[in-house]
Amino acid sequence: MQIIESQKTYDVIIVGSGAGGGMATKVLADAGLKVAVIEAGPFFDPADPKTRTQLKWPYESPRRGAGTQRDFGEFDMAYGGWNIEGEPYNQIGDTKFDWFRSIMLGGRTNHWGRISLRFGPKDFKGKDRDGLGDNWPIGYEDVKPYYDKVDKLIGVFGSNEKRENDPDGFFLPAPKPRLHELYYIKGAKKSNVDVIPSRLSILTKRINNDRGVCFYCNQCNRSCSVYADFSSGSCLIFPAQKNGGQVDLYVNSMVSEVTIDENGKATGVKYINKEDRQQYALKARVVVLAASACSSARILLNSKSSTFPNGLGNSSGLIGKYLHDSTGTDRMFFIPEMMNRKRYNEDGVGGLHVYSPWWLDNKKLDFPRGYHIEVWGGMGMPGYGTGFNPNSLNKYLGLKVGGYGNGLREDVKKFYGSVMGVSGRGESIAMKDNYCEIDPTTVDEWGIPVLRFNYHWTDHERKQAKHMHETFEEIGHNMGAVVLGNKPTKEQDYGLLNPGRIIHEVGTTRMGSDPKTSVVNEYERLHDVENVFVVDAGPFVSQADKNPTWTILALAWRTSEYIIEELKKQNL
Amino acid sequence: MDRRESLKSMLLGSMGAGLALQSCVTTTPPEVVEDKIWEYTYGRTPKEEEFDNKLLCEQFFEDDELKEIHNLANLILPPNEHGSIDDAKVVPFIEFMAKDVPEFQTKIKGGLMWLNIYCNAKYKTNFVNTPEAQQKEVLDMIAWPDPDAKEHPHEVQFFSLMRNLVMTGYFSSEVGIKELGYKGNTPNNWDGVPQDVLDDHGLAYDPEWLAKCVDPNTRGEIAQWDEEGNLIS
Repeated sequence: MQIIESQKTYDVIIVGSGAGGGMATKVLADAGLKVAVIEAGPFFDPADPKTRTQLKWPYESPRRGAGTQRDFGEFDMAYGGWNIEGEPYNQIGDTKFDWFRSIMLGGRTNHWGRISLRFGPKDFKGKDRDGLGDNWPIGYEDVKPYYDKVDKLIGVFGSNEKRENDPDGFFLPAPKPRLHELYYIKGAKKSNVDVIPSRLSILTKRINNDRGVCFYCNQCNRSCSVYADFSSGSCLIFPAQKNGGQVDLYVNSMVSEVTIDENGKATGVKYINKEDRQQYALKARVVVLAASACSSARILLNSKSSTFPNGLGNSSGLIGKYLHDSTGTDRMFFIPEMMNRKRYNEDGVGGLHVYSPWWLDNKKLDFPRGYHIEVWGGMGMPGYGTGFNPNSLNKYLGLKVGGYGNGLREDVKKFYGSVMGVSGRGESIAMKDNYCEIDPTTVDEWGIPVLRFNYHWTDHERKQAKHMHETFEEIGHNMGAVVLGNKPTKEQDYGLLNPGRIIHEVGTTRMGSDPKTSVVNEYERLHDVENVFVVDAGPFVSQADKNPTWTILALAWRTSEYIIEELKKQNL
Repeated sequence: MDRRESLKSMLLGSMGAGLALQSCVTTTPPEVVEDKIWEYTYGRTPKEEEFDNKLLCEQFFEDDELKEIHNLANLILPPNEHGSIDDAKVVPFIEFMAKDVPEFQTKIKGGLMWLNIYCNAKYKTNFVNTPEAQQKEVLDMIAWPDPDAKEHPHEVQFFSLMRNLVMTGYFSSEVGIKELGYKGNTPNNWDGVPQDVLDDHGLAYDPEWLAKCVDPNTRGEIAQWDEEGNLIS
């Protein structure tokens, strides 16, 4: 097999088409640069009726939406999952790191929760607050203009609340709370927990003439066919092409390494075409990695040469290190007052209409950093699982559990919409000992060495999870709910989910001003290689109790502008 | 060509000249398979579609077992004015799930067999031929799990599994969803909880909160903000 070299040279190669890659594509192509986007999965357009699952009914599938094919149910729009045939990853020791990948144009942006939170001023300077981890070399004021632009370009609903660490923005109006959310508001207020309208990148109001307005089907995880939610393909890459941009999409193309010349400057990438299983080389003046924090780290670590024997840009030895995910734990409530509900359509947007941003002062607590609370429930579309244990809640009413016959119909109808849930999602401390690295013992089906993970939670995270459950129980009690299940014990890590499970993994190519203690500079450029950038969540120094996407987008925009300036100055 | 025919040919075209069909014509008549495959047209990757078609081509349960499942499912959820397990296609659903979730296979096959062994010993006939009154005696014995038990006997577990599959098969079907009263999965304009429902629950919207919410009348107008981020359109 020979490497097939393309004669074409691009200004920029972008590896990956999720949030970071999509934003880089949009900004760089709009500036007139010749861009190649290399995506490991197939082409995907949410509007294509052939791949669409939005507005389908469970009975249109033989498994009624069960999660045997796709982990979050077969209508969920992520091609991939926790484990992908032919593309394994391994664990070190007793590590249980769960890695979710969505291998398709747009990546995980096609199915994500659309929770779009800016980091606040305190989030960039964690070390100043408690001495743990590191500060970012930039602050909120550096990123704010880009958050503003992202709000206006992509659209996010929410409300300006003048909260110190949950900055205001340019919001679309919020959807009114649903019934269970009104119960939650009541319980949270009584517990002195703040509640505000949620902030989701879903168009509750028109933002331009190319995208539709939300029609409230609650199915953003199926990717919106009228482009009323943020997915990278529909909101960034297609508009860049439509705008006359020179964007070539290489799909089903798995990048194995970044290539360099004798001076240690990147010349492009090598990739495997998954359809013909041939290896190709593509050239560009600049390489932008946006394959996801762990996949970009993997590409860099696999890009070994005599100049960079430990992997490209890895003179610090820190690529893969400081991997961290959000903390997370969940609880469910049964609200007896919500039994036998009147029926009406309360689908709403695909996600929560209200949430609780972090509301406490850590000085009075035994753990660092905060968490926010997400709320879920309602009279949702039935599917596989609806009707399981049809009357298990009878035990809270002093009634018998089990049986058969038409009484079960009445049980299912009685309890429908009376159960809701709360999820705590918090900030963990980035640790050097939590990392991914190349596993020399294993390759994937494309012949590329895979990752293995080493990750352990500390008492910081466990105590935070404990606090989450205490809060959940208080709120549940104050809203008149039965809090289901027992409070997880210390032996159960207080219910803290496995690292990776919240799918906010960040930090593997962390940002800093000192090349000895960081991988990229404040413009997300490798300290070691002047024309390689990383615009996914790899550069995050810390992940805040916020979901990472809005910050990925803002930083990718900032980096892209920097690339344009540097190219103009002939510096790259 | 009618819509169904054209869809069928599209489907076959997309599967590479019906390769998946070829592999199963030996066990199931091709027109039956085509009927099953045509029924499911939601978005899947080629690999997923191929896998589903493979499962649809295979038959896991024997005909006698399917009859027993049908009998049991009718006892769990007898037909009424809203619908039946037949309307909800519960038996084909269970047949499919047994192939899709292999750990169901031994549990269900074994449970069905156990029911027959038990009925043979007690009533001198298999379950299906046992009179309904006696069938219910058997169910009364296995349908009420002890809420305090740490582990449940196999027959209780089997019945709970069947009850779950029957109930979910029914309530995820067209008739079941209608009976449940789910009103969504259709374009609409969410404008909050209806007033009578708020009243029933003794709840009200906070006016300050409502001021931040969508105005259904202007949501089609392109959003504009002032410099402070206040929406002005």
